[in-house]
Amino acid sequence: MDLVVLLKLVPDLAEELEIAADGRDLARDWLSYLTSEWDEYALEEALQLKATSGATVTCLALDTGSVEELLATCLARGADRVVKVGSFERAPDSHTAARAFAAALKEIPADLILTGVQAIDDLDGQVAPLLAAALGLPHVSVVTHIGLAGDGRTATVNQEYAGGLVAEFEVDLPAVLGVQTSREAPRYAPVSRVRQLMKTADYGAVAVTAEGGSGLLVEAMSIPEVTGGAEMISGTVEQIAERVATLIRERGIGLGGSR
Amino acid sequence: MSNDVFVLVEHRDGAVADATFELLGRARQLAVAAGGEAVALLLGSGVEALSSKLGAAQRVLLAEDAGLAEFTPSAYQSVLVPIVQERAPLLVLATNTGVGMDVAAGLSMACGLALAAYATDVALDDGGPVITTQLYAGKVNVRVRFRDGRGIATVVAGAFPAEAGQLAGSPIVERVTVSALDGRIRFRRLLRPEAGDVDITRESVLVSVGRGIGEADNIALVEALAAALGGAVSSSRPIADAGWLPRTRQVGKSGLRVKPRLYLALGISGAPEHLEGMRGADLIIAINTDARAPIFGVAHYGAVADLLDVVPALTKRMTG
Repeated sequence: MDLVVLLKLVPDLAEELEIAADGRDLARDWLSYLTSEWDEYALEEALQLKATSGATVTCLALDTGSVEELLATCLARGADRVVKVGSFERAPDSHTAARAFAAALKEIPADLILTGVQAIDDLDGQVAPLLAAALGLPHVSVVTHIGLAGDGRTATVNQEYAGGLVAEFEVDLPAVLGVQTSREAPRYAPVSRVRQLMKTADYGAVAVTAEGGSGLLVEAMSIPEVTGGAEMISGTVEQIAERVATLIRERGIGLGGSR
Repeated sequence: MSNDVFVLVEHRDGAVADATFELLGRARQLAVAAGGEAVALLLGSGVEALSSKLGAAQRVLLAEDAGLAEFTPSAYQSVLVPIVQERAPLLVLATNTGVGMDVAAGLSMACGLALAAYATDVALDDGGPVITTQLYAGKVNVRVRFRDGRGIATVVAGAFPAEAGQLAGSPIVERVTVSALDGRIRFRRLLRPEAGDVDITRESVLVSVGRGIGEADNIALVEALAAALGGAVSSSRPIADAGWLPRTRQVGKSGLRVKPRLYLALGISGAPEHLEGMRGADLIIAINTDARAPIFGVAHYGAVADLLDVVPALTKRMTG
């Protein structure tokens, strides 16, 4: 059983985002990046499945020139193999990424392909269903609780809906899943181990071509004026607490007056 | 090719999802402006009666088959791809849900149509559809067009008023022949949430916590505040994922939609998925250490502070 996990880097939202001078992209010069949160969950699910089924885990990332740390972290956490896919100046759109991964997966065996259900920058849709359509494979998004059948021919997955409803599906393999969350929090890999692996790791590489783009034309990007909504309360902690308490009391809430 | 605007109908237990009505209302306006029809795509088994609820559409394309009794991505895909390829609508709208994501991206790749995800507005001008979407957890707005002038958008819940789509009526019902369905994904069962100790949709005061709570031990702090306010504790997704609170307390897209008199958002950044579930609250007060957190865009009042400092001070005042 071969599990493949697709991962990518996204801008770290802890830092302030700015728009580039042309108004159509982020100002990328000073951005820092981290692994897309949902891709981390996909990797953790794959490693959990490896532990119970003996499957191998291969991690793929599009080669944007800076994915060594991401891939070394995958190895440090327990992935068997890492592969850089293609060569890109920067992270491409989701359609291009899906085509590139589809091309790579013609050479890499995969019974189950896992990736994050979404990423914060997937303007043109999510990679999992795009990739599945490109490969002609079944796919399920917003997935939790992946189980593999003993014969390795099917998986059972839960798909989440609003209101806490969950559908259980049986899926023929090979298939592509967009992972919402993992059963355990993503495991920790010691930084020293990652640093060491960055020097010694055997990064596989697959050359691919992926053309066509997303078919979207970006006209403008802007930062919404978030403070336009809330009236901001400033001051010390005590002053903030006093103001909030007043706002609440004004509405007859608290002190037994709320129900 | 047509100037029709298609809407994929999401339904369950004989009821059409609110988010679908939101799209239908908008689709009607867009179709009128474009000189086409608003067309509802209704897939299922024994669901024809639902078409009377879809009066905002001029036409319902009805695909019925035992294999469509429950949603599966593969069966829906095998019905929808030929419809969209043959009829080439101006726009296909789907909700930004598990169903919508599965269907929209699959259609996009299979039909060669561009897709704009996380749309918060869909409009038309002389150049065709213009989509506004939100990226980076709601921190950036992007305005896009389709290179080929037509395409697909997945729309976040709450983007348009549902009322405009909740029109009774008798749209033309056109049955679509269902050929072989792709059966590689099989529905097994629906798991409904277990009733929790607290029904957060019925509480008038919610003290809601996100990642800013830091660690599980701090939940007790917000429980004390909730008790002082006569309310209950709810959470954003990461807190339920971590198991610090039961899933029944989760507010948002994959949790519950709430509309309390007071919603205290503590250490919640306000990802679009969360805002979907609480933006209708009467009074929203947000406390967050990040001054740029999108939660401040929907809150009525906000303070940039650490909830671990503010909550004890507030609890003291409310119990005082």
